[in-house]
Amino acid sequence: MDPKLNRVLIIDLTRHSYRIEEREAYFREYLGGVGAGLKLLKEFLDPKVDPFHPDNVIVLSVGALTGKFPMVSKVVSLFKSPHNGFLGESHAGGRSAIALWQAGYGAIVIKGASQIPVYVSIDGEKISFVEARALWEMGDTRTVGRIMREKAGKTGLRTIMRIGKAAERLITYATVTTETYRHFGRLGLGTVFGSKQLKGLVISGKRSTFPADKKEYKNMYDEIYNLCTSSPTKKYHDLGTAGNILPLNSMKALPTRNFKEVSFEKAEILSGENLAEHYLGRRIACTHCPVGCIHIAVLREKYPQKPYFYKTTFVSYDYEPLYSLGTLLGIEKVEDFLKILEAVEKYGIDAMTMGVVLAWVTEAFTEGIIGIEETEGLEPSFGKGNVYVEMIEKMLESKNEFYKLMGRGVEALAKRYGGRDFAMSYFGNELSGYHTGPATHITHITGGRHSHLDSAGYSIDQKLMMEGKGIEPQEMAKALFEEEAIRQVLSSLVVCFFARNVYTLDRISRCLKLFGWDLGDKELLETGRKILVEKNMLKRDMGFDVENYFIPKRVLEVPTPLGFVDPSYVKKTVEHFKALLFKS
Amino acid sequence: MGRPIKRIEVLDSERCVGCESCMFACTRRDGKASLESSRIRVRSIGGMERGFTIVVCRACEDPSCMYYCPVDALKKRRHGGVVLNREKCIGCGSCVEACPLSAITMDEEKNKPLICIYCGFCVTYCPHKVIGVERVENGSQTE
Repeated sequence: MDPKLNRVLIIDLTRHSYRIEEREAYFREYLGGVGAGLKLLKEFLDPKVDPFHPDNVIVLSVGALTGKFPMVSKVVSLFKSPHNGFLGESHAGGRSAIALWQAGYGAIVIKGASQIPVYVSIDGEKISFVEARALWEMGDTRTVGRIMREKAGKTGLRTIMRIGKAAERLITYATVTTETYRHFGRLGLGTVFGSKQLKGLVISGKRSTFPADKKEYKNMYDEIYNLCTSSPTKKYHDLGTAGNILPLNSMKALPTRNFKEVSFEKAEILSGENLAEHYLGRRIACTHCPVGCIHIAVLREKYPQKPYFYKTTFVSYDYEPLYSLGTLLGIEKVEDFLKILEAVEKYGIDAMTMGVVLAWVTEAFTEGIIGIEETEGLEPSFGKGNVYVEMIEKMLESKNEFYKLMGRGVEALAKRYGGRDFAMSYFGNELSGYHTGPATHITHITGGRHSHLDSAGYSIDQKLMMEGKGIEPQEMAKALFEEEAIRQVLSSLVVCFFARNVYTLDRISRCLKLFGWDLGDKELLETGRKILVEKNMLKRDMGFDVENYFIPKRVLEVPTPLGFVDPSYVKKTVEHFKALLFKS
Repeated sequence: MGRPIKRIEVLDSERCVGCESCMFACTRRDGKASLESSRIRVRSIGGMERGFTIVVCRACEDPSCMYYCPVDALKKRRHGGVVLNREKCIGCGSCVEACPLSAITMDEEKNKPLICIYCGFCVTYCPHKVIGVERVENGSQTE
């Protein structure tokens, strides 16, 4: 085992105090990450708590393979989501995983709420609560990051997590940004930070781990490293996930203008190819990831009144924001897309949710469900970039009911104004950009965090497309369940999903053995299933029932490459999935 | 002929993605999994979008560090750089202060400076050819 991994730092923001405790069993049995994190959440969190209450709890955790092998580069965060009221789970990379591990902890538990804005600095066992009143209400998360960075020193070795204005204003889908370009994006971790007056975390440390068998460790490392740096994993370095735009467009699965269409006539412009050719400024990596999938575009803008003054902005792009703030809004110019994305970054907002919300607002405005009284004079229209930036700013500043509801997501808007049929979300979490077939929608319904990544239905859809066949609901439920179980293992270690094909259960088993975990591939899969079931039991205690899902009518009206989504097929699959979870 | 004399060369830091695989390689060679006590270090130049700088011993022909060692624990290596005599070293850290590149850090556990031995293990793990090994005897030649 990795002795320091068992250590949990418990921070009480109300008292500005902390303690360090051991939870060996959580890490031995559940590997860390989401597995150990769930155990900690169950221990510290009352599942019925109001997500905005000081008693809401945040867990940040790393896992058994963190620091030891390449692409084991993520931190898992767990909390009660202020966005949908169920389990919040979000992963991020940057330097966060290695920094937390080097600090000598497997997990951090944060509870209570501070009386004044603070950030917490964790340097090994030296913990300080740092005054942050002067950082509150600061306009740009990047400035906040720079200030914290200068104070912390140790460049290259520490992580700096922070929130922006959206989190301070309790927008329910606010992010925590780490190292400027990575985010705990979904379900509102930033909002929970904001409600606790926690501006951020700075984490660093100096610990090492010593493998018992150095030679075997080197061999195993080489096996993994070589796979990470060769195809197919390498594709994430080349065009990055933005490479998905054109294939999804040509298979007619690229959600466009609020899912009214599934291909975009200007897809070429927003393609990974075009961005790489004309805007890509640099590619960077998370610590311990030789792939380096982070693509940073350079936006050069002229100052209108000042000749020869230019503003150069760096914006990291991926497929997901290209979908949500690009095709979904019918954006036809890369510059417009980058400006909207920049606003989202600046204030610390989840790009995916923001795009889906703006798409709903545009359609509702066009349909006359809302008018200029609600928007305070702004006229959203698909393809018009500037108005979206203005709307984001108004959402943060305006006191009117409409903008307040905008800060709570599409379901809150639809509940007040109607238009649920085109409010694209499941269980309060806005949809990702894949209209590939039934599986992707079922993933959003059954997945633990209602994210495309939970069980990757979009990938099952594409496989079925290639094979030219369908599968029975029972078989579909099983495929999604098993995929989600395997992903619980990866998220417990915590491996980046881009390395999912490198970290097969057999390789994971061999990696773990070098550090004292004796688990075969069958036992690992069983661990994954167990974590998945426990996650769903916790959600059940939060009042969640998967059978209460609602499919927006729009999903059923627009064909996928596998034909129209059949609601009875979805229903049967969901029932089978539930039976797999709670069979005993 | 002994082993070829080498040094680590930064070929093009613009290609660096900041993954720090080289740092992990250096400590792995010592039998550890860590970023701590790596002899090569990667730092962002004030924000990752501006890129990275790689700090590693450049095997100076006339090494500053050597002159500041009060106990002669650093000996000049043939064709540049230094070799540390661990027996003699008292862990005072003068060499750390002396290196204008900040390429030497202290191994706090052992209280000895971390001096690059130019083995080239880190180079093997650079995914984007940012660093290379240069042979320094009989004229320079990059491998």
